[in-house]
Amino acid sequence: MGLTAHSTGMGALDQGLQIARRAPGDRVIALAGNPNVGKSTVFNELTGLNQHTGNWPGKTVATAQGTHTYRGSDYILVDLPGTYSLLAHSAEEEVARDFICFGGADGVAVVCDATCLERNLNLVLQTIEITPNVVVCVNLMDEARKKQIDIDLEQLSRNLGVPVVGAAARSGEGLRELMEALSSVTHEGRPTPPDPIRYTAPIEAAIASLQPLLEEKLAGRLSPRWVALKLLDQDDSLTASLRTHLGFDPLADPAVAAALEGARARLAAEGITPEGLRDRVAAAIVLAAEGACADSVTLRRAESRDRDRKIDAVLTNKWTGIPIMLALLAAVFWITITGANYPSQWLSNALFWVQDRLTDLFVYLHAPDWLHGALVLGVYRVLAWVVSVMLPPMAIFFPLFTLLEDFGYLPRVAFNLDHQFKKACACGKQALTMCMGFGCNAAGIVGCRIIDSPRERLIAIITNNFVPCNGRFPTLISIITMFFVGAAGGALSTGLSAAILLGVIVLGVVMTFWISRLLSHTILKGVPSSFTLELPPYRRPQIGKVLVRSVFDRTLFVLGRAVAVAAPAGLLIWLMANIQVGDASVLLHCAHFLDPFAHLLGMDGVILMAFILGFPANEIVVPIIIMAYMATGSLTDMTNLFALKELLVQNGWTWLTAVCTMLFCLMHWPCSTTCLTIGKETKSLKWTAISFAVPTLVGMLVCFTVATAARLLGLA
Amino acid sequence: MNSTQDIARLGALKEGQTARVKDILQEGTMRRRLQDIGIIEGTRIKCLQKSFWGDPVAYLIRGAVIALREEDSDQILVETVGLHRSAEGLKS
Repeated sequence: MGLTAHSTGMGALDQGLQIARRAPGDRVIALAGNPNVGKSTVFNELTGLNQHTGNWPGKTVATAQGTHTYRGSDYILVDLPGTYSLLAHSAEEEVARDFICFGGADGVAVVCDATCLERNLNLVLQTIEITPNVVVCVNLMDEARKKQIDIDLEQLSRNLGVPVVGAAARSGEGLRELMEALSSVTHEGRPTPPDPIRYTAPIEAAIASLQPLLEEKLAGRLSPRWVALKLLDQDDSLTASLRTHLGFDPLADPAVAAALEGARARLAAEGITPEGLRDRVAAAIVLAAEGACADSVTLRRAESRDRDRKIDAVLTNKWTGIPIMLALLAAVFWITITGANYPSQWLSNALFWVQDRLTDLFVYLHAPDWLHGALVLGVYRVLAWVVSVMLPPMAIFFPLFTLLEDFGYLPRVAFNLDHQFKKACACGKQALTMCMGFGCNAAGIVGCRIIDSPRERLIAIITNNFVPCNGRFPTLISIITMFFVGAAGGALSTGLSAAILLGVIVLGVVMTFWISRLLSHTILKGVPSSFTLELPPYRRPQIGKVLVRSVFDRTLFVLGRAVAVAAPAGLLIWLMANIQVGDASVLLHCAHFLDPFAHLLGMDGVILMAFILGFPANEIVVPIIIMAYMATGSLTDMTNLFALKELLVQNGWTWLTAVCTMLFCLMHWPCSTTCLTIGKETKSLKWTAISFAVPTLVGMLVCFTVATAARLLGLA
Repeated sequence: MNSTQDIARLGALKEGQTARVKDILQEGTMRRRLQDIGIIEGTRIKCLQKSFWGDPVAYLIRGAVIALREEDSDQILVETVGLHRSAEGLKS
C-alpha cells in the first residue's frame, strides 16, 4: 500500500525484536519469506496494521509485530525481513534466522510466491530443518491462476511434511486456513517431519557423528541435526548467536570440539573442503526444492509468463526504457499539479473564511489584540497555509506513486539506471531507496538497509536528500506555477510546470550520481560490489485500496505534523514579527542578519530563515515565507497564487530568487526526522554530520554559482 | 536437438539464448547468493534483456527474473544449449 504514516517519519525507525507476550497462552508466530511475496500484506490483513507494502524486494527492512485473535487465542505475529535463505549472508538473514532460532517463536509461517514457488521452497526447506512447527502459506494464488500455474497443495504438503495452505492475502483468501493450520501446529505440536533435505553420504555421516552429542547439549532447544550441519559449515555467526542466546559455546566444549574436528577430517579425506561442503549443501537444498515441486506444480501454458516479458520488453527496453521512465514521472507530476489546483483554491477559500469568523469571534469576546494576533494571525494562519498549499499536491502525488510501486515498476527503474550507479561505484538498489525518498527521506534512509555493502549504503544515505520528499514537492510546484508558467491554469501551462518540475528532479538525480561518484573517490573509496536485482512479476495495483488508504493515511499524517510543527512555528513567527527590539521587530533583525549571506546565494534573509525554521518539517517553508512577508508588509487577503506572487515580487523576488529558492529546496540539510534516522541507522555522529553537510554545501555552492553568474551576465 | 555445446561466460549470452550452468567462479558471499537464487551446476538460465547501457542484463532463473551486472555474470560459466529456445521456462 505504499508508504504509510506508520512507515515514514519517526515510524520508520526500528521496533527491535522484543516480544511482549501479554498472557502466557499467547503464541508467537514468525512470518518469514522471500522478499516481495506479500508477507507484509499477510501481516497487515491479520493484524490490521499498516506495514508498508509494495511490489519490490526489500521493503520490510525492520521487523514489525502485531496481534491477531483466532478462536479465543492471541497470536503475536512478527513480520521478519524478507530473505532468500537463512544461511546468514546478510544482516537481514541473520535477524530472520536468529528470531526463528532464539526469538521464542512457537511457529513459523513461511509465505511463498505461488508464481515462483520452487525458488521460495529454498527458504521453506531451510526453515523446516530448524523447526518442525512450520506452516507454508502459498500466497498470490490469484496471480498463479492467471498465469495458469496449477499447484497441488496436498501433494506439496506430503512432499514437505508440513501443512501447506493456499492464499491470496490481498483479498483475504486463505488467511482463515492459515490461522487454523498455525493454531494446530502451535497448540498440539507436531511430530518431527522426516528430514526435508538429504545430503550426500559423507555429509550425512559427518552430521550423524555429531548429532547425539549435540542432542544432549541442546536439550531440545534447537534441532541438533541442523546445528551439526552449521558447525561443520563453520558458520561463525551461528556460533556467536548460540553463545549469546543459549549460553552454549560448542567450540569451547571439548567433546563437541573433538567430534567436530574428527568429522571435518573425515570430510577432508573424502575430498570435501569447507567450500565444497557449502556448495554441496546449497545444491542439495536447490535439488530438494526442485524435487518437491516436480509433482506438485504444473505450468499449463509455457507462454503464460509472456505478458510480463512483453511489458518488460517495452519498460526496460534499450531505447524506450528511459524515455518511458521520464514520461511516466512527468505524467505523475502533471496529474499532481493539475489536480491540486482546484482543491487548493477551495481549501484556502474555506480556511480563510474560517479565519475571518474566528476574528469575529475574538472581537465579539473582546479578546485582547495580542491574543487574537498570536492565535489567529500566527498559529491558525500558518496552519491554514500548510493545509491549503501543501496538502493537495501531496495527497495526489502519493497515491499515484504508490500505484507505480504496487505495479512493480520501481525495480525496473533500478534496472534502467543501474549502469550509472555502477559508474559511480555505488549499488543499483540505491535507485529504490531514492524512490522511497520521494515519499519521505527518513523512510528512504531506513530503506538503505537493502544495500548490503556498508560503503555503498553510506553513499545512498548521504545522497538520499537530493531526492525531494513529498513535503518539498509542493514548495517546488508553487514556485514553478507562480514564476515560470503563470497561475492561469490550462493544460499547456500545467504541462510546462510538470516539465520544469521533471527538470528539477532530473537535476537531483544527476547530482546524486555525481556526489555518489565523488564520495566513492574520496571519503568512501571502493569498487562496486556484486549484487543481484530481482525484477518481480507485475501485479495489478489495488487502485481503490491505494487511493483510500494513502489519502486517508497521508492526510491524517500531514495534518498531525502540521499541528505539531507549523503551529508553534506560526506562533514563533508572529512573536518575532511583533516583538520590537530597538526600531525594528525581531523578525526584521533576523532577516537583516541573514540577508548578506542569503543574498550571495540568490535569496534573501527571510527565505533562508524559513529554511532554518523548516528544519522540523519542510512543508512549512513556504507558509513561513508568506507569514514573514505579510507581517512586515501590507496585510492583504492572500487566497490565490496570483496574490501570492504579488506579495513575493513586492518583497524583491525575481526569477533568480525563484530559481535559487528551488535549488536550495532541492539541496539543503535533511529535515530533523531524517537526521535522527541517519543517526540511528549509521550509529555515528560523524556520518550524520556528513549527511547534513554534503547536501547543504552542494546546495550553497550551486546557488552561489547560479546567482553570481546571473548577476555578472546582467540577467538579474 | 542441437548437440554442439560450448563453454561460455553467462555474460556473453545474447538476448533470447538459453544456457546451462557449468561452474560458478565467484567465491564467498556472492557465490552463496547466486546459490540462494537457485544457480547451481545444471541450472538453466535464459538471457532475457539487456538494459540501455548493455549492462546489467536480465536473466530468467528458475521462473524468476534476476538482473546481474557484467562483472558477476562473467564469473558464471555456462554450456550454451543453442537452439532450445522454446523449451525453457516449462520447469519452474
